[in-house]
Amino acid sequence: MIRKEMIAMLLAGGQGSRLGVLTANVAKPAVAFGGKYRIIDFPLSNCINSGIDTVGVLTQYQPLQLNSHIGIGIPWDLDRNHGGVTVLPPYEKNDSSEWYTGTANAIYQNLSYIESYNPEYVLILSGDHIYKMDYEVMLEFHKENHADVTIAAMPVPMEEASRFGIVVTDENRKILEFEEKPEKPSSNLASMGIYIFSWSVLREALITKKDQGNCDFGKHIIPYCHEGGKRLFAYEYNGYWKDVGTLGSYWEANMELVDLIPEFNLYEEYWKIYTKIDNAEPQYVSADSVIEKSIIGDGTEIFGEVYNSVIGAGVTIGKGTVVRDSIIMKDTRIGENCTIQKAIIAENCEIGSGSSLGIGEEAASKLNDQIYAFGLVTIGENSFVPSNVKIGKNTAISGVTAQEDYPDGMLAGGEYIIKAGDDK
Amino acid sequence: MKALGIILAGGNSNRMQQLTNRRAVSAMPVGGSYRCIDFALSSMSNSRIHTVAVLTQYNARSLNEHLSSSKWWDFGRKQGGLFTFTPTVTTTNNWWYRGTADAMYQNIDFLKRRHEPYVIISSGDCVYKVDFNELLDYHIEKKADITVVCKDMPAETDVSRFGVIRMNEDARIVEFEEKPMMASSNTISAGIYIIRRRQLIEMLERCAEEERYDFVSDILIRYKNLKRIYGYKLKTYWSNIASVDSYYKTNMDFLDPEVRKFFFRDEPKIATKIDDLPPAKYNAGSDVRNSLVASGCIINSKVENSVLFKQAFVGKNCVIKNSIILNDVYIGDNTHIENCIVESHNTLRANTYYCGENSIKVVYEDNARYVM
Repeated sequence: MIRKEMIAMLLAGGQGSRLGVLTANVAKPAVAFGGKYRIIDFPLSNCINSGIDTVGVLTQYQPLQLNSHIGIGIPWDLDRNHGGVTVLPPYEKNDSSEWYTGTANAIYQNLSYIESYNPEYVLILSGDHIYKMDYEVMLEFHKENHADVTIAAMPVPMEEASRFGIVVTDENRKILEFEEKPEKPSSNLASMGIYIFSWSVLREALITKKDQGNCDFGKHIIPYCHEGGKRLFAYEYNGYWKDVGTLGSYWEANMELVDLIPEFNLYEEYWKIYTKIDNAEPQYVSADSVIEKSIIGDGTEIFGEVYNSVIGAGVTIGKGTVVRDSIIMKDTRIGENCTIQKAIIAENCEIGSGSSLGIGEEAASKLNDQIYAFGLVTIGENSFVPSNVKIGKNTAISGVTAQEDYPDGMLAGGEYIIKAGDDK
Repeated sequence: MKALGIILAGGNSNRMQQLTNRRAVSAMPVGGSYRCIDFALSSMSNSRIHTVAVLTQYNARSLNEHLSSSKWWDFGRKQGGLFTFTPTVTTTNNWWYRGTADAMYQNIDFLKRRHEPYVIISSGDCVYKVDFNELLDYHIEKKADITVVCKDMPAETDVSRFGVIRMNEDARIVEFEEKPMMASSNTISAGIYIIRRRQLIEMLERCAEEERYDFVSDILIRYKNLKRIYGYKLKTYWSNIASVDSYYKTNMDFLDPEVRKFFFRDEPKIATKIDDLPPAKYNAGSDVRNSLVASGCIINSKVENSVLFKQAFVGKNCVIKNSIILNDVYIGDNTHIENCIVESHNTLRANTYYCGENSIKVVYEDNARYVM
């Protein structure tokens, strides 16, 4: 058996509930990003670009989209004779059967997968972040320091530090203290949820903590290793890294891509981001169209006006329609003479002609004012919005809606329509 | 599917001027994202043909690069696969392919070892989408020896560079003239044929004995009265790209909504090699009208009635009109391009002017992309 030096375990089971209707039927790592990609493409591409050819993807929440996206890993060259990508859902065992109850518990339940490759190091990743990172450099750092655990960390503004796991290090980047979401942070170096473990150390920790409920890396495994006197190091990362956990940050990260030279540049020749491509055809821009400051996916047909937006593949935008500051995902069809302002419209939706989205004043969401804020209109996948309706800000729509769902043809700011079932 | 496929992709064409100095006609980029051979390959793959041989000879590097993996067209299976045959020196032969029939004859062992009862032969220079199952049904129904796919061209078309066909009321071909000075009809051969495999082997062997090498003149035309050769009229889009004008027109045809719907939206789709490029980006100042834009493009100025292939960069204050910009072209600021085909991997300096006055101008500048 060929031994793998390092394999990656990619945690992709989370719902990402703060993305609201966008993750009603898909796991967060499978949510579309940047006109062509899904969030999981970033860590998967980082893996193959870093020379890691063995990746276990742990799935749990709504895995269908994720499974069909990953397949046997062809887009990332992860279809290998030995190694490659393996999707690891929770499974029934002889004496027990349980879901993945925490990040570390999920890894513990797949000990035998890791053991079959007998690696020296295990890289733990999450499928929630947009970034480019060479894990091989991080591994070099891990080896140079004879570390047991290396945590990738980046400086964040001090006032935001209490949202993160914070590491306090000495001048050699050896971790002295680890604080999970501290009220009074003593450093601004935040853990990015990317860890390299020496496999023997991780294995011992996982087995010791196996009965810990909801066993989590940040809450249990890292503190356990720290208390046990293991060598923990922080690998400082200063590039672009974006947590797209909320609708606001998700929208913002997409909007940053349309800058003249975006901080996160997809157009660089090296460090390509790979994805499964269903539409190979070029896009068409009609004689009456205007497109400025936007990125537009393959096979899309634009007959209207698009400003400052990210449009996915296979989308149709009708004549006379004006789209501003919005994200429109794959295969969605927008009718004619619509106005779309600051909206996130998920895959395969249909918006009837003459409708206006994102109008009026902001009002707090009646569904969940923590999730549906930022003045956005959020429409879940496979939704239908009829013609000539008006939709306010901080609204949410999911499912096939009809004219009668909109009193006086209007969905006021802060309102929502969530329909069960997705039959059309 | 009871047929194997052969794609004749060996050709050069002097009507293509400089464009084919660098690649075979079948490797020419078409429709923004594709190479010409994708249309034949996808039609075969979509018709469930599992075994396809591509016969290449002229300047095949670009084509071979495109065919470096067969997975894009869903070939590369345990049963069947995609084969590329270039001429090789053997103990009995040291010739290049001397013609289309000779190209197939030199690979006759491949034909003999397969088991499929029929062979579909297609030119790699044509843009089309055909369900070969319908063609095979027609071939069997007509009890034909060979069926030739043909296309009625509009009356004003100059058909003198095609094979011109006349059929009787039963669709049997009664006249077949190759590149006639005076054409007797406007029905032309689309360069797509179906024939029984054993029949093909027999005809190719006979041709070789008689030192004849061309499939059209030495098989189709010579056997016209002896064998039952039928025409199958193609009603959908078909175009041959092997001249600068027709290459330009074929690409511009994709701006037509009907053509776009047929190739881009209607199933089955045309497959091509995936380049993993980011989506196209429109910066402030972009003004794109009635144009096709492929992935990886970055646009900063005016583009009108044009086709931009993959990874074109258009600088500020440019005007690109009625032009075709092939893959990976960098266009500096303040450049004017009109009625042109700009060669791939090209760098056009800022403040330059290119205009095809009476005909389409092919632009190739060997400028360095990065000047230190």
